[in-house]
Amino acid sequence: MTEFLQHMINMLILGSTYALLGIGLTLIFGIMRVVNFAHGELYAFGAYFVYFTAVMLGFNFFVSLLIATVAGCLLGALVEVVLLRPMRGADIDTTMLIMIGAMIVMQNTEQYVWGGVAKSVSTPFPETPLVVGPFSVSWLRLFVLCAALALIAAAYFLINRTKLGKAMRATFQDRDTASLMGVNIQAIYMATFAIGSGLAAAAGALLGPVYVISPQMGNIASLKAFAIVILGGLGSIGGATIGGFILAFAEEMGAGYISSGYRDAMGFLLIIAVLLFKPTGLFARSERIG
Amino acid sequence: MKRLLPWLALLAFASVPMWLKDPYLLNAFITTGIFIVAAMSLNLLLGYTGQLSLGHVAFFGIGAYTSALVSLGFDVELVGGFHVVHEPWPVWLGFVLAVVISGLCGYIVGKLSFRVRGAYFVIVTISFAEVVRLVALNWVELTQGPLALTQIPPMRLGFPAVGYLDFYSKQSNFYLVFGVVVLSYVIISRLVNSRIGRAMVALKENESLAVSVGIDVTGYLVLAAVVSAGIAGAAGSLYAHYLKIIDPDVFLFLYTVTMVIMVITGGKGTLAGPIVGGLIFGFVPVATRKFASPEVQWILYGLFMILIVFVLPQGIVPAIEKWFGIREKPPVATVAETGTQDTR
Repeated sequence: MTEFLQHMINMLILGSTYALLGIGLTLIFGIMRVVNFAHGELYAFGAYFVYFTAVMLGFNFFVSLLIATVAGCLLGALVEVVLLRPMRGADIDTTMLIMIGAMIVMQNTEQYVWGGVAKSVSTPFPETPLVVGPFSVSWLRLFVLCAALALIAAAYFLINRTKLGKAMRATFQDRDTASLMGVNIQAIYMATFAIGSGLAAAAGALLGPVYVISPQMGNIASLKAFAIVILGGLGSIGGATIGGFILAFAEEMGAGYISSGYRDAMGFLLIIAVLLFKPTGLFARSERIG
Repeated sequence: MKRLLPWLALLAFASVPMWLKDPYLLNAFITTGIFIVAAMSLNLLLGYTGQLSLGHVAFFGIGAYTSALVSLGFDVELVGGFHVVHEPWPVWLGFVLAVVISGLCGYIVGKLSFRVRGAYFVIVTISFAEVVRLVALNWVELTQGPLALTQIPPMRLGFPAVGYLDFYSKQSNFYLVFGVVVLSYVIISRLVNSRIGRAMVALKENESLAVSVGIDVTGYLVLAAVVSAGIAGAAGSLYAHYLKIIDPDVFLFLYTVTMVIMVITGGKGTLAGPIVGGLIFGFVPVATRKFASPEVQWILYGLFMILIVFVLPQGIVPAIEKWFGIREKPPVATVAETGTQDTR
């Protein structure tokens, strides 16, 4: 039982960052209809950026996290303007191929710039974990959980309570009508991609110091983000949040009770199962955002 | 001229080992040939039925592992202490079984995943490939995991009474791969120019209309998946017996991406497309290896892929045909012509 609860604690921490990844991807897919293969590379970008600012430039750790998130937003906006804006109206396979190209370029640029050796980031948190009864959790992970939950709340607020969010939801429902009502569609698309990318970069910036940072980390992150989004239904933020936790739960259970080698397989098996039995995702009544 | 061109190309390639003695370049031809076979099989799905399978490397890898394990033999303990012992079989049987087992996997994956389309289909296929990769990595008893299967015997053909031909040399492997390329080309061209091929194109152009005129969409898609997976398995088998070593990295997503780039660059939905694209991307590393590290090469690949989608979305072969005013007889899709395009 104790072991199970410890797994649950790990699940919460992992799930919160997975949810961040998933929300970013589901926003981009829901509003723009772009299958963003570069999503995981934004995640890796966030992690490397923290390494760059915190370790190489010696910035404060928390400031570095903030800078990495902002940098992720900017990179996302750049990708959108350069690669996706000229291809507006192209079919989903075409934009998917462009994003695969972008993924290859970004991943290999990371490999070229940083080399294949994994990097690690030291944090201002104490080494000794917080121990409550039989459970232990490191301070860093606790911080990651709080920061991720705060970002998830911020994303909800943005989508449901702000004017930008309203415009995004309108664009999702009916692009042409939204445009007629005076919504600047190009700006909404850029903002969507920037926010989605920023969330991915934030997830990478938070998880990078927990694990190690390597150029390949983006690959598995992209695939996991797809898994999360499919679990929740494409375009559903609430679904992506819960999907993140379900994936983390499946992984913790799989690694804890079956075999740690198959940890990463859990997500894929979940995807296959969901798509076969309930292709619209677990939570989407129909496709919707918000 | 148009009719002569394929035969001239065939002759030109058949003569390569006679004048080309550089083993590095011959090796490049052989591996390129293997990837051309794989790209042709992907083109059947991507180009003719319009389904982007991004897990295609799974069939390639399954073919490689099947062929290697059949010819090496294995001893695996299953649940309950039940042993499955397999004595080594002749290599050609490994090749045949690679095709059969990959085709069977194509059938299962097709049956299951053609319930969904578009982005969902793409992600199911990637998931399948990743699961297979993790099994190859973790089922150490069967696959040796990351230690790789080594000492895979080369391809061997012949009869007990006549004698055997072992494919040790680069020259002989060249002709082996060449033969499989030609065979795959013939199979695919016969298929897509038949009634079945027309049905496939019809359902690519407008699926609901194809259904309404009585085309068994799922049936044709599954058929395409089986043939495609079988040919990819053949490519995998060639790869295993040529390199003589395989590890779970044959399942890497980058290999699928390589095949996709070859097909898109050459021209999806054209018979010559994967060959042209395959030759380009097979020899780009040869041309650039002097001044570019692998990462830089991959960066160039990625940029090239984006560029192709922007500039020549149909690929090189259709662009050349248009340039010279040659029209390859398109597989006539009568359904598509009368259909209204689905706007969503």
